[in-house]
Amino acid sequence: QASADANRPFAGLSDVSISEDIPVEGDISVPVGPSARRDDEFSTLDEPVKETVLRDLRAVGKKFVHVLYPKRSTALLRDWDLWGPLLLCVTLALLLQGGAADSDYQGGPQFAEVFVIVWFGSIIITINSKLLGGTISFFQSLCVLGYCILPLTVAMAVCRIVLVAGSGSVSFAVRLVVVTASFGWSTFASTAFLADSQPANRKALVVYPVFLFYFVIGWMVLTFSPSQ
Amino acid sequence: TMSAGSGNKNTEPWGSFDDNLIQGSGSAVIDMENMDDTSGSSFEDMGELHQRMKEEEEVTEEAAATEDHEDGEFLGMKGLKGQLGRQVADEVWQAGKRQASRAFNLYANIDILRPYFDVEPVQVRSRLMESMIPVRMINFPQKIAGELYGPLMLVFTLVAILLHGMKTSDTIIREGTLMGTAIGTCFGYWLGVSSFIYFLAYLVNAQITMLQMLSLLGYGLFGHCVVLLVSYNIHFHFLFYVLWLLCGGLSTLRMVAALLSRTVGQTPRLLLCGTLSVLHMLFLLYLHFAYHKIVEGLLDSLEGPNMVPMQRVARDVPELTINATVRSLVPLLRAH
Repeated sequence: QASADANRPFAGLSDVSISEDIPVEGDISVPVGPSARRDDEFSTLDEPVKETVLRDLRAVGKKFVHVLYPKRSTALLRDWDLWGPLLLCVTLALLLQGGAADSDYQGGPQFAEVFVIVWFGSIIITINSKLLGGTISFFQSLCVLGYCILPLTVAMAVCRIVLVAGSGSVSFAVRLVVVTASFGWSTFASTAFLADSQPANRKALVVYPVFLFYFVIGWMVLTFSPSQ
Repeated sequence: TMSAGSGNKNTEPWGSFDDNLIQGSGSAVIDMENMDDTSGSSFEDMGELHQRMKEEEEVTEEAAATEDHEDGEFLGMKGLKGQLGRQVADEVWQAGKRQASRAFNLYANIDILRPYFDVEPVQVRSRLMESMIPVRMINFPQKIAGELYGPLMLVFTLVAILLHGMKTSDTIIREGTLMGTAIGTCFGYWLGVSSFIYFLAYLVNAQITMLQMLSLLGYGLFGHCVVLLVSYNIHFHFLFYVLWLLCGGLSTLRMVAALLSRTVGQTPRLLLCGTLSVLHMLFLLYLHFAYHKIVEGLLDSLEGPNMVPMQRVARDVPELTINATVRSLVPLLRAH
């Protein structure tokens, strides 16, 4: 009897009436036993940490591949996650450290600036695409925009390597080509995912802010010059 | 979709706090609980459903609570006061929560902005072209489109062009401060000057709404974008002045004509249009000299003894550029 009562904690509410005329009937108790057993089957709380981390890393890696070879697939949209964008943002911000002439104030603000620009830029583009009647949800859009920063992060790494060799006009030309190519790649990759969610005649209105966003990030990458 | 208020939820004999509340429930906010929702219209329904379910839940809780309290009133005077106090506090809390959630749904609702973004690319393109073509008809109010997509994109484009100007002046400047300055300048100009002109228009009783003013000034920045894009790449002072007069002048004339058509009386027209023209043209001048001359200002200052930190230069821009500007303008004037 006691266990039955424990299993039906909300049983007493089944005879509450909202108004005098219409009594509410029925059983709204939730049996606790079976659902706990069902949860155990899908619960990932007991697996080793290595497995969890590897599973997430594999998901992130799979999405990286989708970005590098953008074709119309829904993988990025269906299982969105924000680990990839966070990793890319942190990597980009770290690579942009240590630049420019002064080393006094260089550390903190630059890291924060990259973060603020990436995340607020993505939020603004997402709101814009929703206001234009897009069918994509908020976090899916953030996920896509974050993942498509991958080419620009790769370009930043390449630029740093080129800058080690020298910082003359040849290196500038090389960096310009690399950054322009990766900027185009990023824009193309993100529109492959985002444009599908828009009504046909408004694609240009959504693509333009994305273009501006990656242009600004590309500008940050290109104008980076290491401290002497 | 908006639905009418779902009847009187008055469960108290002495009248609850519901009477003056906003009736009707708004449609959904960016509802974080519907994360994986991929269809556009259903999130509005989900939000409304959610809100209605929450309110029904609250009514049920209230009803259950009042029933419990009413039973307790028969416990005697002390029990009565305690129960009544708790009841009142509970009712105040529920009413406050309901009011706050309704206000939040109303003001944090991005659907308020949705009609202002309802444009087609062809419309945007034609409005961009029209922003450089003044219309002569000033006896009848000119039509001003009330949209925010074009102006917002133009402000962001102006920010990007300013940043590009930094790059082509080939200086090593800390991106942080200048990015913030660029964004602050452009948005500050758009929002601030729009509000100021709207305020003046309100004083002289001109027929223009805030949205129209924002839209008008936003599209007026198209001329600025074009001029700056050209002059940051081709460093020719004479070309800049010609473009300043031409493109800046045309976009100013367009805005002025639109305002003239909506204002009555000589003095109000002079005040409104004079202020707008002066601010608009001076802004273009400022953008060119402040962000272009920063190169020469820096180079000059690096010779001097005191100007080492770059960030101080960026923040002291007005003083520095006035000096640099004067210095560069003097030989120019002498040459003419």
